Amino acid sequence: MIGLVHYLVVSAILFVLGVLGIFANRKNIIVILMALELILLAVNINLVAFSAFLGDLVGQVFAMFVLTVAAGEAAIGLAILVIFFRGRGTIAIDAVDRMKG
Amino acid sequence: MADYLLRLAPELILIIGGVLLLLAAAWRGERGVDMVTLLSVAVLALAGVSLLGPASTGGDSFGGLHQADAFAAFCKVGIYVAAAVCILIAPRFFRRAGGTMQPEYPVLILFSCVGMGMMVSAGDLLTLYVGLELQSLAAYVLASFLRRDLRSAEAGLKYFVLGALASGIMLYGVSLLYGFTGTTLFDGIAAAFAESIETTGQPSLGQVFGLVFVLAGVLFKISAVPFHMWTPDVYEGAPTPVTTVFATAQKFAAMALLVRVSAEALGPGLEQWRQIIVFVALASIILGAVAAIGQSNIKRLLAYSSINNVGFALLGLAAGTAEGLAAVISYMAIYIVMTLGSFLCVLQMRDSEGRPVETIASLAGLSRTRPGLAAAMAVFMFSLAGIPPLFGFWGKFLVFDALIGVGYWELAAIGIALSVIGAYYYLKIVKTIYFDEPAPGYAPSDSRLEGGLIAAAAVLLSPLGYLLIPALALASGQAAAALF
Repeated sequence: MIGLVHYLVVSAILFVLGVLGIFANRKNIIVILMALELILLAVNINLVAFSAFLGDLVGQVFAMFVLTVAAGEAAIGLAILVIFFRGRGTIAIDAVDRMKG
Repeated sequence: MADYLLRLAPELILIIGGVLLLLAAAWRGERGVDMVTLLSVAVLALAGVSLLGPASTGGDSFGGLHQADAFAAFCKVGIYVAAAVCILIAPRFFRRAGGTMQPEYPVLILFSCVGMGMMVSAGDLLTLYVGLELQSLAAYVLASFLRRDLRSAEAGLKYFVLGALASGIMLYGVSLLYGFTGTTLFDGIAAAFAESIETTGQPSLGQVFGLVFVLAGVLFKISAVPFHMWTPDVYEGAPTPVTTVFATAQKFAAMALLVRVSAEALGPGLEQWRQIIVFVALASIILGAVAAIGQSNIKRLLAYSSINNVGFALLGLAAGTAEGLAAVISYMAIYIVMTLGSFLCVLQMRDSEGRPVETIASLAGLSRTRPGLAAAMAVFMFSLAGIPPLFGFWGKFLVFDALIGVGYWELAAIGIALSVIGAYYYLKIVKTIYFDEPAPGYAPSDSRLEGGLIAAAAVLLSPLGYLLIPALALASGQAAAALF
Protein backbone atom coordinates (compact mmCIF):
# COMPACT_ATOMS: atom_id res chain seq x y z
CA MET A 1 0.00 0.00 0.00
CA ILE A 2 1.44 3.35 -1.02
CA GLY A 3 0.82 5.94 1.69
CA LEU A 4 1.57 9.62 2.30
CA VAL A 5 5.09 8.89 3.52
CA HIS A 6 6.09 7.34 0.20
CA TYR A 7 5.10 10.51 -1.62
CA LEU A 8 6.93 12.68 0.89
CA VAL A 9 10.10 10.62 0.52
CA VAL A 10 10.02 10.81 -3.29
CA SER A 11 9.41 14.54 -3.07
CA ALA A 12 12.27 15.02 -0.59
CA ILE A 13 14.63 13.07 -2.88
CA LEU A 14 13.63 15.19 -5.89
CA PHE A 15 14.08 18.37 -3.85
CA VAL A 16 17.57 17.39 -2.73
CA LEU A 17 18.47 16.39 -6.31
CA GLY A 18 17.31 19.81 -7.47
CA VAL A 19 19.36 21.67 -4.88
CA LEU A 20 22.43 19.54 -5.64
CA GLY A 21 21.84 20.15 -9.34
CA ILE A 22 22.36 23.83 -8.71
CA PHE A 23 25.34 23.65 -6.37
CA ALA A 24 27.22 20.57 -7.58
CA ASN A 25 26.79 21.31 -11.27
CA ARG A 26 29.83 22.99 -12.81
CA LYS A 27 28.96 22.80 -16.48
CA ASN A 28 26.15 24.85 -17.90
CA ILE A 29 23.26 27.05 -16.97
CA ILE A 30 20.52 25.13 -18.76
CA VAL A 31 21.10 22.32 -16.26
CA ILE A 32 20.47 24.82 -13.48
CA LEU A 33 17.12 25.78 -15.02
CA MET A 34 16.20 22.09 -15.14
CA ALA A 35 17.20 21.68 -11.50
CA LEU A 36 14.95 24.62 -10.56
CA GLU A 37 12.02 22.92 -12.29
CA LEU A 38 12.81 19.75 -10.35
CA ILE A 39 12.52 21.65 -7.06
CA LEU A 40 9.14 23.08 -8.04
CA LEU A 41 7.87 19.66 -9.11
CA ALA A 42 8.98 18.19 -5.78
CA VAL A 43 6.90 20.87 -4.08
CA ASN A 44 3.91 20.03 -6.26
CA ILE A 45 4.10 16.34 -5.35
CA ASN A 46 4.12 17.37 -1.70
CA LEU A 47 1.15 19.71 -2.13
CA VAL A 48 -0.99 17.24 -4.05
CA ALA A 49 -0.12 14.34 -1.71
CA PHE A 50 -1.03 16.41 1.35
CA SER A 51 -4.15 17.64 -0.37
CA ALA A 52 -5.35 14.10 -1.09
CA PHE A 53 -4.38 12.94 2.39
CA LEU A 54 -6.13 15.83 4.18
CA GLY A 55 -9.17 15.75 1.91
CA ASP A 56 -8.70 19.48 1.34
CA LEU A 57 -8.63 21.11 -2.10
CA VAL A 58 -6.39 24.08 -1.22
CA GLY A 59 -3.22 22.10 -1.90
CA GLN A 60 -4.27 21.25 -5.45
CA VAL A 61 -5.26 24.85 -6.17
CA PHE A 62 -1.86 25.89 -4.83
CA ALA A 63 -0.18 23.37 -7.16
CA MET A 64 -1.91 24.97 -10.16
CA PHE A 65 -0.57 28.38 -9.09
CA VAL A 66 2.91 26.92 -8.72
CA LEU A 67 2.75 25.43 -12.23
CA THR A 68 1.68 28.77 -13.70
CA VAL A 69 4.38 30.75 -11.93
CA ALA A 70 6.97 28.13 -12.85
CA ALA A 71 6.12 28.61 -16.52
CA GLY A 72 6.60 32.39 -16.21
CA GLU A 73 9.81 31.89 -14.30
CA ALA A 74 11.25 29.55 -16.93
CA ALA A 75 10.38 32.03 -19.69
CA ILE A 76 12.13 34.88 -17.91
CA GLY A 77 15.11 32.69 -17.03
CA LEU A 78 15.61 31.66 -20.65
CA ALA A 79 15.22 35.27 -21.83
CA ILE A 80 17.95 36.42 -19.44
CA LEU A 81 20.10 33.50 -20.56
CA VAL A 82 19.71 34.61 -24.20
CA ILE A 83 20.85 38.13 -23.29
CA PHE A 84 23.82 36.68 -21.44
CA PHE A 85 24.73 34.44 -24.38
CA ARG A 86 24.58 37.37 -26.83
CA GLY A 87 27.09 39.26 -24.72
CA ARG A 88 29.48 36.47 -23.80
CA GLY A 89 29.02 33.81 -26.49
CA THR A 90 28.83 31.03 -23.92
CA ILE A 91 26.52 29.65 -21.24
CA ALA A 92 29.21 27.87 -19.22
CA ILE A 93 28.91 28.53 -15.49
CA ASP A 94 32.60 29.44 -15.30
CA ALA A 95 31.87 32.39 -17.59
CA VAL A 96 29.68 34.06 -14.95
CA ASP A 97 32.68 35.77 -13.37
CA ARG A 98 32.66 39.47 -14.29
CA MET A 99 32.08 40.52 -10.70
CA LYS A 100 34.02 39.22 -7.71
CA GLY A 101 34.90 40.37 -4.23
CA MET B 1 -19.95 44.26 -3.07
CA ALA B 2 -17.98 47.40 -3.71
CA ASP B 3 -16.45 46.99 -0.29
CA TYR B 4 -13.71 44.61 -1.30
CA LEU B 5 -12.93 46.66 -4.39
CA LEU B 6 -12.16 49.59 -2.10
CA ARG B 7 -10.03 47.42 0.17
CA LEU B 8 -8.05 46.28 -2.87
CA ALA B 9 -7.95 49.77 -4.40
CA PRO B 10 -4.15 50.29 -4.32
CA GLU B 11 -3.45 46.97 -6.04
CA LEU B 12 -6.25 47.45 -8.58
CA ILE B 13 -5.07 50.97 -9.46
CA LEU B 14 -1.52 49.73 -9.94
CA ILE B 15 -2.56 46.75 -12.07
CA ILE B 16 -4.92 48.73 -14.32
CA GLY B 17 -2.50 51.64 -14.56
CA GLY B 18 0.39 49.28 -15.29
CA VAL B 19 -1.45 47.43 -18.06
CA LEU B 20 -2.65 50.66 -19.70
CA LEU B 21 0.84 52.15 -19.55
CA LEU B 22 2.29 48.94 -20.98
CA LEU B 23 -0.05 49.36 -23.95
CA ALA B 24 0.95 53.00 -24.25
CA ALA B 25 4.61 51.97 -24.12
CA ALA B 26 4.07 49.39 -26.87
CA TRP B 27 2.08 51.89 -28.96
CA ARG B 28 4.30 54.93 -28.65
CA GLY B 29 7.65 53.17 -28.35
CA GLU B 30 10.59 55.21 -27.16
CA ARG B 31 8.87 58.50 -27.98
CA GLY B 32 6.49 57.88 -25.10
CA VAL B 33 9.14 57.51 -22.38
CA ASP B 34 8.57 60.82 -20.65
CA MET B 35 4.80 60.45 -20.71
CA VAL B 36 4.91 56.88 -19.36
CA THR B 37 7.40 57.89 -16.64
CA LEU B 38 5.27 60.77 -15.37
CA LEU B 39 2.02 58.84 -15.63
CA SER B 40 3.45 55.89 -13.71
CA VAL B 41 4.47 58.22 -10.88
CA ALA B 42 0.92 59.59 -11.00
CA VAL B 43 -0.46 56.04 -10.76
CA LEU B 44 1.72 55.41 -7.70
CA ALA B 45 0.49 58.65 -6.15
CA LEU B 46 -3.12 57.67 -6.85
CA ALA B 47 -2.55 54.27 -5.26
CA GLY B 48 -1.07 56.07 -2.25
CA VAL B 49 -4.11 58.36 -1.99
CA SER B 50 -6.44 55.35 -2.15
CA LEU B 51 -4.83 54.13 1.08
CA LEU B 52 -6.79 56.85 2.90
CA GLY B 53 -10.00 54.84 2.41
CA PRO B 54 -10.90 51.29 3.48
CA ALA B 55 -7.59 50.08 2.01
CA SER B 56 -5.88 50.88 5.33
CA THR B 57 -8.60 49.80 7.78
CA GLY B 58 -11.00 47.56 5.86
CA GLY B 59 -9.82 44.18 7.13
CA ASP B 60 -9.84 40.83 5.32
CA SER B 61 -10.99 40.14 1.78
CA PHE B 62 -11.45 36.83 -0.06
CA GLY B 63 -11.77 34.73 3.08
CA GLY B 64 -8.58 36.07 4.66
CA LEU B 65 -6.32 35.87 1.60
CA HIS B 66 -5.78 39.64 1.52
CA GLN B 67 -5.59 41.89 4.56
CA ALA B 68 -6.05 45.64 4.36
CA ASP B 69 -4.85 46.88 7.74
CA ALA B 70 -2.72 49.66 9.23
CA PHE B 71 0.44 47.56 8.88
CA ALA B 72 -0.07 47.03 5.15
CA ALA B 73 -0.87 50.72 4.67
CA PHE B 74 2.28 51.86 6.51
CA CYS B 75 4.47 49.60 4.39
CA LYS B 76 2.73 50.50 1.13
CA VAL B 77 3.38 54.21 1.70
CA GLY B 78 7.09 53.50 2.08
CA ILE B 79 7.13 51.21 -0.96
CA TYR B 80 5.30 53.66 -3.23
CA VAL B 81 7.46 56.62 -2.23
CA ALA B 82 10.67 54.67 -2.85
CA ALA B 83 9.37 53.31 -6.16
CA ALA B 84 8.32 56.78 -7.35
CA VAL B 85 11.80 58.15 -6.63
CA CYS B 86 13.38 55.21 -8.47
CA ILE B 87 11.21 55.94 -11.51
CA LEU B 88 11.93 59.67 -11.50
CA ILE B 89 15.71 59.29 -11.40
CA ALA B 90 15.82 56.69 -14.17
CA PRO B 91 15.46 58.59 -17.49
CA ARG B 92 18.64 60.64 -17.04
CA PHE B 93 20.61 57.60 -15.96
CA PHE B 94 19.56 55.49 -18.93
CA ARG B 95 20.12 58.33 -21.38
CA ARG B 96 23.69 58.69 -20.15
CA ALA B 97 24.35 54.95 -20.02
CA GLY B 98 22.80 53.58 -23.19
CA GLY B 99 21.39 56.42 -25.26
CA THR B 100 17.69 55.88 -24.59
CA MET B 101 15.43 54.53 -21.91
CA GLN B 102 12.94 51.78 -22.65
CA PRO B 103 9.42 52.84 -21.53
CA GLU B 104 8.96 49.38 -20.00
CA TYR B 105 11.14 50.36 -17.02
CA PRO B 106 8.46 52.32 -15.10
CA VAL B 107 5.84 49.72 -16.03
CA LEU B 108 7.95 46.88 -14.62
CA ILE B 109 8.38 48.85 -11.41
CA LEU B 110 4.60 49.28 -11.18
CA PHE B 111 4.10 45.52 -11.54
CA SER B 112 6.81 44.92 -8.98
CA CYS B 113 4.92 47.29 -6.65
CA VAL B 114 1.73 45.25 -7.08
CA GLY B 115 3.71 42.21 -5.93
CA MET B 116 5.17 44.10 -2.97
CA GLY B 117 1.69 45.32 -2.02
CA MET B 118 0.41 41.74 -2.11
CA MET B 119 3.35 40.65 0.04
CA VAL B 120 2.69 43.15 2.82
CA SER B 121 -1.09 42.45 2.64
CA ALA B 122 -0.76 38.66 2.54
CA GLY B 123 -2.99 36.70 4.89
CA ASP B 124 -2.34 33.31 3.36
CA LEU B 125 0.67 31.38 2.10
CA LEU B 126 -0.82 31.52 -1.41
CA THR B 127 -0.92 35.32 -1.56
CA LEU B 128 2.51 35.39 0.05
CA TYR B 129 3.93 33.21 -2.70
CA VAL B 130 2.16 34.90 -5.61
CA GLY B 131 3.08 38.38 -4.33
CA LEU B 132 6.69 37.40 -3.81
CA GLU B 133 6.95 35.89 -7.30
CA LEU B 134 5.25 38.84 -8.98
CA GLN B 135 7.74 41.13 -7.31
CA SER B 136 10.70 38.87 -8.12
CA LEU B 137 9.85 38.16 -11.77
CA ALA B 138 9.72 41.89 -12.47
CA ALA B 139 12.95 42.33 -10.51
CA TYR B 140 14.87 39.72 -12.54
CA VAL B 141 14.03 41.59 -15.72
CA LEU B 142 14.91 44.94 -14.16
CA ALA B 143 18.33 43.66 -13.01
CA SER B 144 19.30 42.79 -16.60
CA PHE B 145 17.65 45.89 -18.04
CA LEU B 146 20.80 47.29 -19.68
CA ARG B 147 20.98 44.25 -21.87
CA ARG B 148 24.07 45.29 -23.85
CA ASP B 149 26.03 45.73 -20.62
CA LEU B 150 27.73 42.44 -19.70
CA ARG B 151 27.65 43.20 -15.99
CA SER B 152 23.90 43.88 -16.07
CA ALA B 153 23.15 40.62 -17.90
CA GLU B 154 25.33 38.72 -15.45
CA ALA B 155 23.62 40.39 -12.47
CA GLY B 156 20.23 39.39 -13.87
CA LEU B 157 21.37 35.81 -14.37
CA LYS B 158 22.81 35.46 -10.88
CA TYR B 159 19.78 37.08 -9.32
CA PHE B 160 17.44 34.83 -11.27
CA VAL B 161 19.17 31.56 -10.40
CA LEU B 162 19.59 32.31 -6.70
CA GLY B 163 16.20 34.02 -6.41
CA ALA B 164 14.41 31.09 -8.03
CA LEU B 165 16.28 28.70 -5.73
CA ALA B 166 15.16 30.73 -2.70
CA SER B 167 11.57 30.70 -3.96
CA GLY B 168 11.80 26.94 -4.37
CA ILE B 169 13.13 26.47 -0.85
CA MET B 170 10.42 28.72 0.55
CA LEU B 171 7.79 26.84 -1.42
CA TYR B 172 8.98 23.52 -0.04
CA GLY B 173 8.51 24.99 3.43
CA VAL B 174 5.06 26.20 2.42
CA SER B 175 4.08 22.69 1.33
CA LEU B 176 5.31 21.26 4.65
CA LEU B 177 3.46 23.91 6.66
CA TYR B 178 0.31 23.15 4.67
CA GLY B 179 0.66 19.42 5.23
CA PHE B 180 1.39 19.57 8.93
CA THR B 181 -1.11 22.28 9.85
CA GLY B 182 -3.85 21.45 7.34
CA THR B 183 -4.33 25.01 6.13
CA THR B 184 -2.54 27.83 4.32
CA LEU B 185 -4.24 30.69 6.20
CA PHE B 186 -1.93 32.50 8.61
CA ASP B 187 -4.52 32.37 11.42
CA GLY B 188 -5.06 28.65 10.90
CA ILE B 189 -1.32 27.96 10.93
CA ALA B 190 -0.95 29.90 14.17
CA ALA B 191 -3.83 27.93 15.70
CA ALA B 192 -2.26 24.61 14.65
CA PHE B 193 1.10 25.66 16.11
CA ALA B 194 -0.57 26.68 19.36
CA GLU B 195 -2.48 23.41 19.51
CA SER B 196 0.54 21.18 19.10
CA ILE B 197 2.50 23.28 21.60
CA GLU B 198 -0.35 22.82 24.05
CA THR B 199 -0.51 19.04 23.63
CA THR B 200 3.17 18.09 23.25
CA GLY B 201 5.02 21.17 24.51
CA GLN B 202 6.52 21.99 21.10
CA PRO B 203 5.51 22.21 17.42
CA SER B 204 5.71 18.94 15.49
CA LEU B 205 8.88 18.15 13.56
CA GLY B 206 7.16 18.76 10.21
CA GLN B 207 5.97 22.17 11.36
CA VAL B 208 9.47 23.14 12.48
CA PHE B 209 10.92 22.04 9.14
CA GLY B 210 8.29 24.09 7.31
CA LEU B 211 9.04 27.11 9.48
CA VAL B 212 12.77 26.89 8.83
CA PHE B 213 12.38 26.55 5.05
CA VAL B 214 9.90 29.43 4.81
CA LEU B 215 12.14 31.68 6.92
CA ALA B 216 15.16 30.74 4.77
CA GLY B 217 13.32 31.78 1.61
CA VAL B 218 12.22 35.13 3.01
CA LEU B 219 15.61 35.82 4.63
CA PHE B 220 17.13 35.40 1.17
CA LYS B 221 14.90 38.18 -0.16
CA ILE B 222 16.07 40.60 2.55
CA SER B 223 19.66 39.43 1.91
CA ALA B 224 20.44 38.41 5.48
CA VAL B 225 23.54 36.29 6.16
CA PRO B 226 23.90 33.34 5.29
CA PHE B 227 21.64 34.02 2.28
CA HIS B 228 23.39 37.23 1.21
CA MET B 229 25.88 35.99 -1.41
CA TRP B 230 23.91 37.41 -4.35
CA THR B 231 23.64 40.93 -2.94
CA PRO B 232 27.02 42.55 -3.75
CA ASP B 233 27.14 41.15 -7.30
CA VAL B 234 23.55 42.06 -8.15
CA TYR B 235 23.82 45.53 -6.60
CA GLU B 236 27.03 46.21 -8.53
CA GLY B 237 25.88 44.84 -11.88
CA ALA B 238 22.30 46.12 -11.99
CA PRO B 239 21.73 49.66 -13.35
CA THR B 240 21.90 52.14 -10.45
CA PRO B 241 18.17 53.11 -10.41
CA VAL B 242 17.31 49.39 -10.31
CA THR B 243 19.78 48.80 -7.48
CA THR B 244 17.97 51.60 -5.67
CA VAL B 245 14.66 49.72 -6.04
CA PHE B 246 16.28 46.56 -4.69
CA ALA B 247 17.86 48.31 -1.73
CA THR B 248 14.78 50.30 -0.73
CA ALA B 249 11.26 49.28 -1.81
CA GLN B 250 12.00 45.60 -2.25
CA LYS B 251 13.90 45.26 0.99
CA PHE B 252 11.16 47.06 2.92
CA ALA B 253 8.49 44.81 1.42
CA ALA B 254 10.42 41.61 2.16
CA MET B 255 11.13 42.73 5.72
CA ALA B 256 7.45 43.58 6.23
CA LEU B 257 6.53 40.16 4.87
CA LEU B 258 8.94 38.51 7.29
CA VAL B 259 7.44 40.49 10.18
CA ARG B 260 3.90 39.54 9.18
CA VAL B 261 4.65 35.85 8.71
CA SER B 262 6.60 35.63 11.96
CA ALA B 263 3.98 37.46 13.99
CA GLU B 264 0.74 36.21 12.47
CA ALA B 265 1.44 32.69 11.20
CA LEU B 266 4.39 31.56 13.31
CA GLY B 267 3.64 33.66 16.42
CA PRO B 268 3.10 30.70 18.78
CA GLY B 269 6.42 29.21 17.61
CA LEU B 270 8.30 32.32 18.80
CA GLU B 271 10.77 30.26 20.84
CA GLN B 272 11.61 28.22 17.73
CA TRP B 273 12.28 31.08 15.32
CA ARG B 274 13.74 33.57 17.77
CA GLN B 275 17.06 31.70 17.95
CA ILE B 276 17.26 31.61 14.13
CA ILE B 277 16.54 35.34 13.87
CA VAL B 278 19.09 36.23 16.58
CA PHE B 279 21.81 34.19 14.85
CA VAL B 280 20.98 35.64 11.42
CA ALA B 281 20.83 39.19 12.77
CA LEU B 282 24.23 39.01 14.50
CA ALA B 283 25.83 37.24 11.51
CA SER B 284 24.45 39.91 9.14
CA ILE B 285 25.71 42.77 11.29
CA ILE B 286 29.19 41.26 11.60
CA LEU B 287 29.60 40.17 7.98
CA GLY B 288 28.08 43.38 6.64
CA ALA B 289 30.54 45.42 8.68
CA VAL B 290 33.69 43.34 8.14
CA ALA B 291 33.29 42.53 4.43
CA ALA B 292 32.55 46.16 3.57
CA ILE B 293 35.97 47.31 4.77
CA GLY B 294 37.94 46.07 1.76
CA GLN B 295 35.51 47.24 -0.93
CA SER B 296 36.56 49.76 -3.58
CA ASN B 297 33.22 49.98 -5.45
CA ILE B 298 30.63 52.25 -3.85
CA LYS B 299 27.66 50.12 -4.95
CA ARG B 300 29.23 46.99 -3.47
CA LEU B 301 29.90 48.91 -0.29
CA LEU B 302 26.25 50.00 -0.10
CA ALA B 303 25.26 46.35 -0.63
CA TYR B 304 27.23 45.33 2.44
CA SER B 305 25.82 48.33 4.25
CA SER B 306 22.31 47.06 3.48
CA ILE B 307 23.22 43.61 4.83
CA ASN B 308 24.51 45.29 7.98
CA ASN B 309 21.36 47.40 8.43
CA VAL B 310 19.03 44.46 7.85
CA GLY B 311 20.80 42.75 10.75
CA PHE B 312 19.89 45.60 13.10
CA ALA B 313 16.27 45.59 11.94
CA LEU B 314 16.11 41.82 12.57
CA LEU B 315 17.18 42.39 16.19
CA GLY B 316 13.87 44.23 16.67
CA LEU B 317 12.02 41.22 15.28
CA ALA B 318 13.87 38.99 17.74
CA ALA B 319 12.27 40.97 20.58
CA GLY B 320 8.94 39.61 19.33
CA THR B 321 6.80 42.27 21.05
CA ALA B 322 4.60 44.96 19.48
CA GLU B 323 7.30 47.53 20.36
CA GLY B 324 9.90 45.35 18.61
CA LEU B 325 7.84 45.04 15.44
CA ALA B 326 7.09 48.78 15.45
CA ALA B 327 10.85 49.34 15.82
CA VAL B 328 11.54 47.10 12.79
CA ILE B 329 9.25 49.02 10.45
CA SER B 330 10.35 52.42 11.81
CA TYR B 331 13.95 51.33 11.25
CA MET B 332 13.17 50.28 7.69
CA ALA B 333 11.31 53.54 6.97
CA ILE B 334 14.35 55.57 8.10
CA TYR B 335 16.65 53.15 6.26
CA ILE B 336 14.75 53.79 3.01
CA VAL B 337 15.43 57.53 3.27
CA MET B 338 19.14 56.99 4.03
CA THR B 339 19.57 54.53 1.17
CA LEU B 340 17.64 56.62 -1.35
CA GLY B 341 19.89 59.55 -0.45
CA SER B 342 23.06 57.48 -0.79
CA PHE B 343 22.09 56.10 -4.19
CA LEU B 344 21.07 59.55 -5.41
CA CYS B 345 24.61 60.64 -4.50
CA VAL B 346 26.01 57.64 -6.41
CA LEU B 347 24.06 58.84 -9.45
CA GLN B 348 25.89 62.16 -9.17
CA MET B 349 29.25 60.41 -9.50
CA ARG B 350 30.11 61.03 -13.16
CA ASP B 351 33.43 61.93 -14.71
CA SER B 352 33.89 65.11 -16.76
CA GLU B 353 32.50 63.36 -19.86
CA GLY B 354 29.38 62.21 -18.04
CA ARG B 355 30.23 58.52 -17.70
CA PRO B 356 29.22 56.94 -14.36
CA VAL B 357 32.11 56.33 -11.93
CA GLU B 358 31.73 53.84 -9.09
CA THR B 359 35.08 53.77 -7.30
CA ILE B 360 35.30 55.08 -3.76
CA ALA B 361 38.72 56.59 -4.56
CA SER B 362 37.06 58.99 -7.01
CA LEU B 363 35.21 60.59 -4.07
CA ALA B 364 38.52 61.96 -2.75
CA GLY B 365 38.44 65.68 -2.10
CA LEU B 366 34.78 65.99 -3.05
CA SER B 367 34.36 68.61 -0.32
CA ARG B 368 36.40 71.06 -2.42
CA THR B 369 34.80 70.44 -5.83
CA ARG B 370 31.16 69.82 -4.80
CA PRO B 371 30.72 70.97 -1.16
CA GLY B 372 26.94 70.50 -1.13
CA LEU B 373 27.10 66.93 -2.41
CA ALA B 374 29.94 66.18 0.02
CA ALA B 375 27.91 67.46 2.98
CA ALA B 376 24.85 65.41 1.94
CA MET B 377 26.96 62.28 1.50
CA ALA B 378 28.48 62.82 4.94
CA VAL B 379 24.97 63.13 6.45
CA PHE B 380 23.91 59.84 4.82
CA MET B 381 27.05 58.00 5.92
CA PHE B 382 26.87 59.26 9.53
CA SER B 383 23.18 58.43 9.56
CA LEU B 384 23.73 54.87 8.23
CA ALA B 385 26.36 54.42 10.92
CA GLY B 386 23.80 55.53 13.52
CA ILE B 387 25.76 58.42 14.98
CA PRO B 388 23.53 60.32 17.44
CA PRO B 389 22.58 63.77 16.23
CA LEU B 390 21.34 62.28 12.96
CA PHE B 391 18.05 60.49 12.42
CA GLY B 392 19.61 57.11 11.61
CA PHE B 393 20.42 56.84 15.31
CA TRP B 394 16.72 56.84 16.20
CA GLY B 395 16.02 53.58 14.36
CA LYS B 396 18.86 51.79 16.17
CA PHE B 397 17.72 53.30 19.47
CA LEU B 398 14.17 51.96 19.00
CA VAL B 399 15.49 48.47 18.23
CA PHE B 400 17.76 48.36 21.29
CA ASP B 401 15.01 49.84 23.45
CA ALA B 402 12.65 47.05 22.38
CA LEU B 403 15.33 44.43 23.14
CA ILE B 404 15.89 45.84 26.62
CA GLY B 405 12.11 45.93 27.10
CA VAL B 406 12.01 42.11 26.95
CA GLY B 407 15.15 41.69 29.04
CA TYR B 408 17.71 41.00 26.32
CA TRP B 409 20.41 43.23 27.78
CA GLU B 410 23.26 41.13 26.42
CA LEU B 411 21.91 41.17 22.87
CA ALA B 412 21.43 44.95 22.97
CA ALA B 413 24.98 45.40 24.31
CA ILE B 414 26.44 43.18 21.58
CA GLY B 415 24.44 45.10 18.96
CA ILE B 416 25.76 48.44 20.18
CA ALA B 417 29.34 47.13 20.21
CA LEU B 418 28.96 45.79 16.66
CA SER B 419 27.52 49.07 15.38
CA VAL B 420 30.87 50.63 16.30
CA ILE B 421 32.67 48.19 13.95
CA GLY B 422 30.21 49.15 11.22
CA ALA B 423 30.89 52.84 11.77
CA TYR B 424 34.50 52.33 10.65
CA TYR B 425 33.88 52.07 6.92
CA TYR B 426 31.24 54.78 6.86
CA LEU B 427 33.71 57.11 8.54
CA LYS B 428 36.38 56.05 6.05
CA ILE B 429 34.22 57.40 3.23
CA VAL B 430 33.70 60.68 5.07
CA LYS B 431 37.46 60.86 5.56
CA THR B 432 38.02 60.24 1.83
CA ILE B 433 35.58 63.01 0.96
CA TYR B 434 36.94 65.62 3.38
CA PHE B 435 40.62 64.94 3.97
CA ASP B 436 42.13 63.19 0.93
CA GLU B 437 43.93 64.89 -1.94
CA PRO B 438 41.32 65.82 -4.56
CA ALA B 439 40.75 63.34 -7.39
CA PRO B 440 39.61 64.66 -10.80
CA GLY B 441 36.30 66.43 -10.19
CA TYR B 442 32.88 65.16 -11.21
CA ALA B 443 30.71 66.64 -13.93
CA PRO B 444 28.50 69.40 -12.50
CA SER B 445 24.97 68.48 -11.51
CA ASP B 446 22.56 68.72 -14.43
CA SER B 447 19.32 67.95 -12.64
CA ARG B 448 17.42 70.12 -10.19
CA LEU B 449 15.19 67.14 -9.40
CA GLU B 450 18.06 64.97 -8.20
CA GLY B 451 19.60 67.83 -6.26
CA GLY B 452 16.26 68.59 -4.63
CA LEU B 453 15.69 64.96 -3.67
CA ILE B 454 19.17 64.71 -2.16
CA ALA B 455 18.56 67.91 -0.18
CA ALA B 456 15.16 66.65 1.01
CA ALA B 457 16.63 63.32 2.16
CA ALA B 458 19.49 65.13 3.94
CA VAL B 459 17.07 67.45 5.76
CA LEU B 460 14.90 64.50 6.84
CA LEU B 461 17.94 62.77 8.28
CA SER B 462 19.37 65.87 9.95
CA PRO B 463 18.35 66.56 13.58
CA LEU B 464 15.27 68.29 12.10
CA GLY B 465 13.98 64.77 11.38
CA TYR B 466 13.38 64.32 15.12
CA LEU B 467 10.29 66.53 14.69
CA LEU B 468 8.76 63.56 12.84
CA ILE B 469 9.18 61.15 15.76
CA PRO B 470 5.63 61.54 17.20
CA ALA B 471 4.05 60.90 13.78
CA LEU B 472 6.37 57.96 13.06
CA ALA B 473 5.75 56.46 16.51
CA LEU B 474 1.97 56.78 16.11
CA ALA B 475 1.90 55.26 12.61
CA SER B 476 4.30 52.40 13.38
CA GLY B 477 2.57 51.71 16.71
CA GLN B 478 -0.80 51.37 15.00
CA ALA B 479 0.76 49.24 12.27
CA ALA B 480 2.36 46.84 14.77
CA ALA B 481 -0.85 46.69 16.82
CA ALA B 482 -2.68 45.44 13.72
CA LEU B 483 -0.54 42.28 13.81
CA PHE B 484 -1.63 41.14 17.29
